[in-house]
Amino acid sequence: MIATATNLAFALLGIAMMLAFWRLLRGPDVVDRVVAIDKLYVNACAMLPAYGIRMDTLLHFEAALIIAMLGFLTTAAFAKFLLRGDIIE
Amino acid sequence: MSVAGEIVVSALVVLGGVFCLLGSIGLARLPDVFMRLHGPGKATTLGVGCVALASVVHFSVRLNSPSLGGLLIILFVAITTPVSAHLVAKAALHRRLPQWRRDRDES
Repeated sequence: MIATATNLAFALLGIAMMLAFWRLLRGPDVVDRVVAIDKLYVNACAMLPAYGIRMDTLLHFEAALIIAMLGFLTTAAFAKFLLRGDIIE
Repeated sequence: MSVAGEIVVSALVVLGGVFCLLGSIGLARLPDVFMRLHGPGKATTLGVGCVALASVVHFSVRLNSPSLGGLLIILFVAITTPVSAHLVAKAALHRRLPQWRRDRDES
């Protein structure tokens, strides 16, 4: 049952990532693209624990944490750059 | 693994996927930047929370000892998502992006 559920979750998360990627390609402004990147990394961060459940290993927690941290830094740096024209003043 | 545990884990995983998909549909379909920020901002936190909670339950039941790494992911995402949404909204306000109004056509 867990295999079926994780397969379904992979499909749902994959569709979610495709929609976010479509917004990344299309987005009328830079800010839309930043939001789309934010959404993409959070979806990856949700996909890794599901993969860990499926493969029955605890190896992927750290990867998910690192993706979450780097993604947050990316979004914060982009927003700061759009706001101030510079990241570290 | 017990049947009850399997049911809980499966339900949480699928629920997390559904929440993430809802957030992405909001991101793809809503008409302006602020709504597009609003859509995934909350749904995604719930989605990641559900999947990470599912992994906490799965490994705690399976290894017969608490494995709380997933709670760290939940905590981190719950802290950082509002902060990044706030920063991006400030950037969007700063750039004076157009806001959607009901009486105007979709831009």
